[in-house]
Formats: sequence, structure tokens, C-alpha cells
Amino acid sequence: MNSRDAEVVSARGITKAFGTAGGTVAVLNGVDLSLRGGESVAVTGESGSGKSTLLHLIGGLDVPDAGALTVLGTDLRTAADRARAALRRDRIGMVFQQFNLIPSLTVAANLAFQARLAGRHDPARVKALAAALGLSDLMGRYPEQLSGGQQQRVAIGRALAGQPPLVLADEPTGNLDEATGDAVAALMLSLVRQQGTTLVLVTHSLRLAALCDRRVHLSAGRLA
Amino acid sequence: MNARWLLIALLWGPLPAAGQQDGFAGLGSDVEGFALPDPARPLAFPRDHGPHDAFRIEWWYLTANLRGDDGRDYGAQWTLFRSALSPTGAQSGWSTPQVWMAHAAVTTPDAHHVAERFGRGGIGQAGVVAQPFAAWIDDWSLGAEGGADGLDRLAIKARGSDFAYALTAVAEGPPVAHGKDGYSVKGPGGQASHYYSQPFYRVTGQLSLPDGAVHVSGLAWLDREWSSQPLDRSQTGWDWFALHLDDGRKLMAAQVRGAEPFVFGSLIDANGRVRPLEGADIALRPGRGTPPVSWSVDLPGEGLELTVEAVNPDSAMTTSVPYWEGPVRVGGSVGGRGYLEMTGYPLD
Amino acid sequence: MTRRARLVLSALLSHWRRRPWQLVMLLAGIMLATALWSGVQAVNAEARASYARAADQLGTGALERLEPRPGTELTTADHVALRRAGWLVSPVVEGRLRAGEGRVAVLGIEPATRTTLGTAQGAAVPSGDLLAFITPPGQGHADQATAAALAGVDLGGLTIVPGTDVPPNTLVVDVGIAQRLLARGDRLSALVLAPDQPAGLPPVEGIVPQAVRAQPQGRADPAALTASFHLNLTAFALLSFIVGLFITQSAVGLAFEQRRQVVRTLRALGVPLAEVLGVLAAELALLALIAGTAGVVLGWAVAAALMPGVAATLSGLYGTDVSGGLALRPGWVLSGLAMALAGAGVAGARGLVRTARMPLLAAGQGRPWALAAARGLRGQALAAVALMAALPLCLAAGGLVGGFAAMACGLLAAALLLPVVLDAVLRALAARVRGVLTQWFVADTRQQLSGLSLALMALMLALAANIGVGTMVGSFRTTFTGWLDQRLVAELYVNARTEDEAAAIRDWLAPQVDAILPIWSAEASLRGQPGRIFGVVDHPTYRDHWPILSAQPGAWDAVAQGTGVLVNEQLYRRARLALGDSLDLPGGALPVAGVYSDYGNPSPQAILGMDSFTRRFPDAPRLNHAVRVPSDRAPALADALRVRFALPDSAVSNQAEVKALSLRIFERTFAVTAALNVLTLGVAGIALLTGLLTLASMRLPQLAPVWAAGLTRRRLARLELARTLVLAGATAVYAVPVGLGLAWMLLVVVNVEAFGWRLPMRISADLIVRLGLAALATALAAGALPALRLARITPAQLLRVFADER
Repeated sequence: MNSRDAEVVSARGITKAFGTAGGTVAVLNGVDLSLRGGESVAVTGESGSGKSTLLHLIGGLDVPDAGALTVLGTDLRTAADRARAALRRDRIGMVFQQFNLIPSLTVAANLAFQARLAGRHDPARVKALAAALGLSDLMGRYPEQLSGGQQQRVAIGRALAGQPPLVLADEPTGNLDEATGDAVAALMLSLVRQQGTTLVLVTHSLRLAALCDRRVHLSAGRLA
Repeated sequence: MNARWLLIALLWGPLPAAGQQDGFAGLGSDVEGFALPDPARPLAFPRDHGPHDAFRIEWWYLTANLRGDDGRDYGAQWTLFRSALSPTGAQSGWSTPQVWMAHAAVTTPDAHHVAERFGRGGIGQAGVVAQPFAAWIDDWSLGAEGGADGLDRLAIKARGSDFAYALTAVAEGPPVAHGKDGYSVKGPGGQASHYYSQPFYRVTGQLSLPDGAVHVSGLAWLDREWSSQPLDRSQTGWDWFALHLDDGRKLMAAQVRGAEPFVFGSLIDANGRVRPLEGADIALRPGRGTPPVSWSVDLPGEGLELTVEAVNPDSAMTTSVPYWEGPVRVGGSVGGRGYLEMTGYPLD
Repeated sequence: MTRRARLVLSALLSHWRRRPWQLVMLLAGIMLATALWSGVQAVNAEARASYARAADQLGTGALERLEPRPGTELTTADHVALRRAGWLVSPVVEGRLRAGEGRVAVLGIEPATRTTLGTAQGAAVPSGDLLAFITPPGQGHADQATAAALAGVDLGGLTIVPGTDVPPNTLVVDVGIAQRLLARGDRLSALVLAPDQPAGLPPVEGIVPQAVRAQPQGRADPAALTASFHLNLTAFALLSFIVGLFITQSAVGLAFEQRRQVVRTLRALGVPLAEVLGVLAAELALLALIAGTAGVVLGWAVAAALMPGVAATLSGLYGTDVSGGLALRPGWVLSGLAMALAGAGVAGARGLVRTARMPLLAAGQGRPWALAAARGLRGQALAAVALMAALPLCLAAGGLVGGFAAMACGLLAAALLLPVVLDAVLRALAARVRGVLTQWFVADTRQQLSGLSLALMALMLALAANIGVGTMVGSFRTTFTGWLDQRLVAELYVNARTEDEAAAIRDWLAPQVDAILPIWSAEASLRGQPGRIFGVVDHPTYRDHWPILSAQPGAWDAVAQGTGVLVNEQLYRRARLALGDSLDLPGGALPVAGVYSDYGNPSPQAILGMDSFTRRFPDAPRLNHAVRVPSDRAPALADALRVRFALPDSAVSNQAEVKALSLRIFERTFAVTAALNVLTLGVAGIALLTGLLTLASMRLPQLAPVWAAGLTRRRLARLELARTLVLAGATAVYAVPVGLGLAWMLLVVVNVEAFGWRLPMRISADLIVRLGLAALATALAAGALPALRLARITPAQLLRVFADER
């Protein structure tokens, strides 16, 4: 487990562009970001400002075009596919707007999935997490049988079950109504804090952003 | 088996088109190896009642003008054709190169019933024996009755799907030879046949028709003819009359149509004496229609001006080789009745 | 089409531009379904036309015939007697001549009387020379292939005129020439009766008392004999059609599913539902017509490729003559297109109905897949149970159709049960497996099952058909080879041309060989069927080797003494004889002393002792002999025989040659079955490929989270391929018992009905292993492309899953 002050994410001058029909569009244009252990940061910005892209880069799901990006000691500019997959598997938890649960697995299996992949499965912890997330009665169900709020709670549980040092959340409440979203977000933040996990939360909700330790704004491809 | 093929092979040619090239029914084609009519060969009976296998074609042709107990006019036809595919060959068995064809018909004023048969020579299905005379194919027969001599007394039987008849014919005069002692010239190129007739039959018998049986009586005429090439290649058909005149005379008149019609005939008196007729002796003029079912037949030298009218204009023989053959009524300078045969016309 | 409809259509059609693979699959499905169906239909139609042509031309189809009673004969004199009595009859002489490897039918006709049979008699012989036709050495008419086959055969100088309107594999000659060629003396096979006879004829019985009237349907009708074979082909075609529909169904279903959003948008923009449905239906019809046309063309090619094989099969199994060529029939083209439209309609109906019922606004999530799948599986299981219950009923109904219906029930039930069984196995596995990835693999495989079940059912059906038919053919081959060994014991077989020559050969051979065994036979009616009776001498060759299936004690003694008869299995089963039953034979009935197997021969057969045979058939030609001689001397003796008697090569054959020839004919007979097997398996492979490709795009949302959770794309691709292989492997395992069940039905039910013989079943492990590998290869071929695409997918495509609305 990381010490509280170690640098978990270190990004310097990251750029990322996507080819589209109309030519190349630069989404990130020299982003600098540094995160310490246990810190929670909200990334806000307009639609299409590149919030999700930044998150995907930090998660090792995609590779920056230029700049330096080190996450939990792994240089993501140079890491091979296999190494990036290992980083995701072992040390990062992700929560998506679409929940993105594995439809063929039950709630229980989804909750434990990544922890087991990472080889850090602790049934007691999953049970406690499920209780904390209010999922204890739903463990045998399949994702399709759950409401959106319930699915997102499973996704949060999945991200936290392996006690990763870093959790990345991309608009986790974006598909939920306000009340549910607030409840889910509060739950996530409290769990993250309990575990001392570093959190990057992409959101356009200022209310949600205010709950984090720090807030950065992405605009014109740069953080402010 | 294709009837057309059989008939081409039988040399009775199926189509007027074919007839135009090789004479009617292929009778104008080559004769290599077959016997040819010989003017020096006299007729001899009963031998010549029988078949002449070395000649290519031969027929036994009986036509009867009948009157029924119901007062109506009827006609009956019984014909057997022999065709040799080869002048030589086996005399018996399936490989015998002789093929037989027969036509039978009954004509009423409003109907014309036709039947046709084919048979192979050499196996007994069809044939002719000279003495005692018998000609047959299947169950059709034309033969001497009750041990009668030659052609003097004949029993005639035939049947088709919708008719049958059984007649007895008794000759009241002698057989007569046409042309020069039975050597009958048929064209300007000298094509000829051996040809004799027995025109003096008195007939009685019974017709079985779809509406029932009719007892009939009347007159009949038997033609016997054999040859190997009776027609010139350009000759396309013929018109042939066999008339019983009320004064007891018989008239055979015929023309073979070609570039120039070739006309011949015989006027036979009641005792069987024959006066051969040639082109200039006979004037045949067709009436309307194709084939023309009314004619005028004039013998200027005899002062005879005859009109000939079909009893039933629709007397086409719907056989493999179609032609027209039916009873006629005779008017004009003397009354009478007879038979008309027309070949080589387009028929429906 | 209105401007708005065009607009709607272009909006809907744009879908295909984005998913060309789906379009390819949809078209391929309809095309393949139509192709195999219409191909087989073309083959069937051609064969039926051949039978009809044969029946028309030979006068053996529609017309009644007079045939001699057993032990009596009809001669030319009988023909003449009937004609002279007024009966319109025409004689025929029928028989077969050996020509190389095959036998050519000889038909002797009589052209003169044949014309009186009525117009139904089509042109059997093109125009020709009647003189040459009827006078020796004669003229024969045959089609090109037959003329070629007869090229080396000694026909006594007969010239052959090739023609197109002669029935296949038939030499048409004059009746007299046929009597010579077939050494029939003056005998006729039958007298064909004209349908319309004059009224008032004397009864036939009084003229030819030895003749019996044979109704057209009473005699061996090729159409009836071969019905089983055509039913077989049709069943294969239907199977292929269904497999093709599986492909279409999955493509169409997906296309409708994926265009729900477009449809919703269109309707929200004010396009009436009816118009949307109309355009969708028109689009489907158009695609069906395009694919159907291609399918008909392809089907024509399939038919043209199959036809020679079919002709060989029909000739080998049934002795039926069918031409190897193919004629285009408009009805066939139309029926192919109709099948394409109907198939597309069936495949698209569900999509149309669901589109029609779809609410205008998106309503929450769909039904939970697990529940829906479970419900679907329960329905399939119930249907399968119902089909299984119907199976014994079909069997009880009996007959060929019953047998095939039972097979259809069994196969369909097995297909329906496949997903149920696989699901149960996977569920059981899921509870047992440990590793997280394994668990996911099993769970995900189970979920994939609903999407792939149609393709897997198709694969299962193809495999089962392959195993079933392969086992049947293999059993047949094993039995047939063994039977040949038993039956072909003599070292040499000699066919003389005349009885004098045969006698001379016997005299010449007698001092230098161990035994000369006459193989003399005569045609006879056996229990109302045309068959053949053989005479054999009492010799160990028969006693020790003849393939007896069951016999009374001392059966060979009874045969030798003329107090018993042996019958072949066909006669035994068809006539439902039992050992000891009395069998009517020309010259008096005899009890059945034993049954022997007689494969490859459709007709009934019986064996008498030679004394008994010659007494009953004094005129049977005595031409053929088997010669026992030490086998090392056989080749030299064969050569010596040929030289001494100037015999053609074909007149003397040794055992090995005859065996090789028989086996070659056997293999050719089943060539068409093998071809159809390969085709069916190929179509199943395409079904699997299309199923996987269509699923691939739906798979991304399911795979992306796993990728995000730390699996490389390469690994995911490997797992996907493994999944396909596991499913195919499981399907193959499942197909084994189904295929063996099918083989059992073919051997025990269908063969007995169709051919009259029952074969012991030989299970070939080799065949099963080979087909298992074929299944895996099919799955590998089908799974490779989707897996490769997954391995090469860009992160951006996967990331879109996390952002896109589903």
C-alpha cells in the first residue's frame, strides 16, 4: 500500500489527438497533473473537453501521444500492452458512467471479479463491501436484473474489492437521477476515504466535485 | 415410335411438301433393285391376285357405293397397301423387308369414319395369298368366300374404333385390264404400273355405326395395282374417278397432276370390254374448293358430259398419309354413282 | 415509391453500409439455403423427367401389358394371334447387355404396330432407315453416352445411331434384332396393349391363356422404386435449407435489433409505423430476390455437379436409367425464388413483429437475458419431448415416409435439446470450476449459447447426418466386401456367346480345372415381382461359402434334391416369407429352405438345384460358368481361353477383376451422398461463422469491462476462439449418439423399406474421430476471423463502449 504522500499519478505535458473525418482533433494539449496517495481529485470540464480521455490515459486504457505519464510507478508511455493490463488488473479500480458490469456474471461474481483476477480476493471484505453498498440481498442476481443505481453500486464495489491504490471514476452518477446519484457518490467517497485510496473523479457536476479534496478544470485541452 | 418416321420409311411420305419433291407420298423416288413393270408381261390369274414382292408398292383397293334400308347413301372403303423396303431379303420372320398398311372407312352423308392399321410382313399379321384369294391385316380381311374362284365372291370385313362392316361382294362381270393389257402408263416419262380392276361387284351386308346397324346393298369396285415407280418426280398427286353409270357402263378416269396433267382412263361396257382413254379423250374440270369436291367429267368422243358431286364433302382420310376418298353421285348426260380419290392436296 | 418512402428506405439502408458483413451474411444465408434446396430439386426433377420419358417412350409406363405367366412364354405367334383377333397390341423384348462396367438396357420394339398404341407413345427413336432398323445386322438407337459405352461390345454388326430423344442407358432396336442380341429365340417379353381397344373382341384368355395382364402400377416402377432415394435427397436439401435459414435468421434478427433506434427516430419524426414496416418488408423481399437469384444460379451449378453422381447412384442401387445431363425448367426457377422469399419471410417475421410492437419511446432495459434464455430453453425442451413422443408413432405408421418422419422427429428433437443440454452442462460446470477467469469463461460461454444455438444446432445436424450416413455407408461397405468375398469364390467367370460355344468351352476346360459351375438363370415373376431364378450344381463352392443369412438344416441337400429353394433377402423380406413357406415357382411351388444376402440388386431372386432348374427352364440360355482352378493358374487359363475361343476380353473375368469392379460401382453409388455430406458441413461452418460475426459487434460491451479489468486483447481473442472450439467440440460429442441413432434408423428402418435388406451396424471410431476433427476445423475456420478482429481491435473502439449509449 502506498504511503499517503507518494506520488500516485504524475502527468507532464500529455497530449492526445484523435483522427476524425474532419481531420485530427487535439483533445489534450499539454496536461500536467500530480496526485498524491489518498487524495481525491475532481476533474470537471465541458462535454468533449477530454475529461474521459484523460481518465482513460491514466487508467492505461489508451496511450498518450506525447508527454510523460507515470501511474503507480509504471511509465505508461513505454509500458507494453501486457504491463498496462497488469497495472489495470492489480492496482486500479474503474467505475464507468455505463456501469459496464459483466452481464454473464452474478452480482457476487462481478463484485469479486477484478479482485480475483488480481489475486487479492478476500471473501470477508467482499461481504462487508456488499453490506456497505446495500447489495447483500442482490448477490445472486444478474446485472440486467438491477436498477441503474444498484448496478453502479456493484461497479463501485468491483472497483474497490481488490483494495487498489487508485480508483478512476468516469461520470459515475451521469446515468442516475439526482437523488440516487448523490447517494451513490457519497457512498463511493466514504468508502474511498476509509480505504485511503486515491480517487480521480471525472464529473460535470460541481456539487459532486465539491465533495472531493481538490478540483481541476479541463479546458481547451489543459488543466486549470 | 414416331409415326412420321415409320411412314417416311414406308415411302408413303407424310407431307405435301415432301410430295412436291419426290412425287406424292414419295412415290417418285428411286427404284434401284426393284422390279419394273413390263409391257410384255401379260396378266395371269390367279397368280396376279397375290403379292408381287419384287415390286416396291402394291395395293388391293375396294370401294363400295351402298344404299341403306334407311334410304341413305353410304360408302365403304377397304384398302391394303404392301410396301417392300428391299427387293430381296428374308421371306419370313421379323427380318422380312415387307411392311403393310391398311385403311378402312365408312362414309355417310354427314360423317366419315376412318381407321388405319400397320403390320410387318413375314410373321403372319398381314399378307395376301392368291389362291384361294385372301388379303388380311389383323382382323380385317378381304377374301374369297365359300371356295369361290379367284375374285368372284369376296367377304369383306374391317373395323375401327367407332365403326365396323361386314360385306359380301359377288362379281357380275369379268376382271378388266387397264392400259395395254394391264400395263398402265402414269406419266409422260413412261412411269407405269400393272393395273387391273374388278368393277362389277354387287354388294350386300351390314354397317355398324355409332347410331346402330344398317343393312346395305349396292355396287363395288376392286382395283389391283403394283409398281416400283409410278410417278414422275414432278408429279404431286392425282385425281381418280371410278364411276358406275346407270346404263351399266363403268368409267375409270384419272389425272396425275404435274407440270402438265397426265390424263388416262378406261371406259368399260356392261360386258367388260374396255376402251382405253388417253389425254385428249377426257376433260376433267374441278369445281370450287381444295380439294375440289365437285367435278365435271367430259368424254367428248362418247358424248358424255358428267357432273360429279361428293356425297359427303368432308371425306378426308385422316390417316398417316392424308388424302380425300369418298362416294360421289353422278349426274349429267347419264346418272350414276362412284368413288373419287384425290391426293396431294393440302388437307386440314 | 413515395419520396418519403425513399427517404425512409435510405435511412434504413444506411445500416448496411456500416455493417457490410451483416449484409453479406444475410445474402449468403438466403443464397445457400436456396442453392442447396433448388439444386437438389433440380436433380429430383431431372430424375423424375427421366422416368417419365422412359415410361412414355418405352411404353412400359402408362400402358397395360400382357406378360407370360411364370414358366410359360409369349412368342411372335401369340402376338399375331392377338392381332388377328383384333387386339391392338405391340410386342416388346426387354433385357440387359453387359457393356464394360455397366449394363445397358435393350429394348426391342415393333415400329409398325407401335403406331397404333395411341399418341401417348412419344418419339423413342428419331427418324431413320426402317429397312436398316428391322433387317440384320440391325440398327440401334442410343444416346451419346450409351453409344460410347457400347463401343467395344460385340453386337453382331449392329450399327448404332446416336440420338438425343432415346431414354438414357438404353439401346432401342427392332423386336427381331432384340431377340437375336439377347438370345431369346422367338420369345417376347410382353405385349403392350393399346389403351383403346375395339369393342366386342374375344377375350384374351381364349387366345393366349398363358398371358397375364400386368397393370402399369403392378410392375417395377422406377419412380416408386427410387422414391426413397429422392426422399433422402429432399431430406438433405431441407436440412440444408433450414441451416441456411439459421444464418438468415440471425442476420435479419440482428439487423432489426440494431435498427430499433433508427426506427424509433423515424417514427418520432412522424413516419407512420405501417410505412416503416412496409419499407422493411420490401427491403427484405428485395434482398431475398437478389440472393434467391444467386442461389438459383448456384443451385444449378450444384445440380449439374451432382447429376452424374445421382445417375450413377440410381443405376447402381436401382438399375434405373437416368441421364447425367440437366434441363432448365422454368417451374424450378420459380420455386427456387419462392423458397428464397418464403425463407426470408420466415426469418424476418419475428423482427417485423417485434418492430411493430416496439413502443415509440425506449422503455427501460430489455428482459433479463437469463430469464428469457431459461424460458426459451424450457420451450425448446418441451418441443423436443413432444417430438420424441411422436417418433414411435411415426415408426408405427411404417413405410418409408414413416421412417423418414421418425428420423426427422429424432433429429429435430436432438437439435432442440442441444442448447438445453449444453446449458445444463455449463451450469453444472459453473458451480464447479474454481479460477475467476474460468468461471467467467464458463458463465460467458453459457450466455453466448442463446446467440450461437442456431449455428450450433446446424453444426450438430450436419455432423449427425455425416455420422449417420457415413456409418450406414461404412456398414454397407464392410458387409458388401465380406459378402463379395463369400459370393465370388470361383477363380474365373466365363461368358460364352452361344450355347454351342459354351458347350465347347465346357469340354475344353473339363480336364484342366477343378470344377466348372454353371451359372444359368431365367427371368421369372417371384411373388408378383419380376425377378430371376438361378440354377446351381451341388458343390462345396456353394455349401461352404454362399452368404446364407438363415437356413433350415440340410438346406443345400434340399436344393440339390429339388425339394427346396433358397431366396434372397429382398424377396424374403418383401414377401414376408418364413423358412419352410411355400414359394410359387414356374413348374411348381417349393418350400423356402434358406435366405441369403444379395446386396446391390433390387430384384427378388431364388436359387434352385440344377436338375430342378433345367427341368423347369429347358430353354434358359446356358452361357455363363464359374471355373474353379488353383488361383495361380487362373490368369494363364483366362488368356488361353480367350485365345482358344477368340473370346473378347470381357467374356472372361477373374475374381479380382469382378471384385474391383463391384467395389468401384459401390463407391460411385455413394459418391453423391459424400458430396452432400461435405456441402452440409460447409453450410454449417458458414452458419457458425456468420453467427460469430454477427455476435462479435454485440460482444464488445461484454468484453470491454474485462479488458478494462486487466486482460489483454490478445488474451481475450484467444479465449473467444477457445470458446468457439469448446462449443463446437461439445456439439460434436453430442452429435455422436445422435448420428449413431440416425445410422441405426437408416440401417434398420429405411434400408429395409427401400432396398429390402438389413445390414449389421459397424461403428467406425475412425469416422467419428475424423468428423470430430472436422467439427473443430470448421469451428477454427469460423472462429478465426472474429478472434483475429478482436485481437487487432483498437483501444478506441473498446473505449467507445464506456462512453456510447448502448
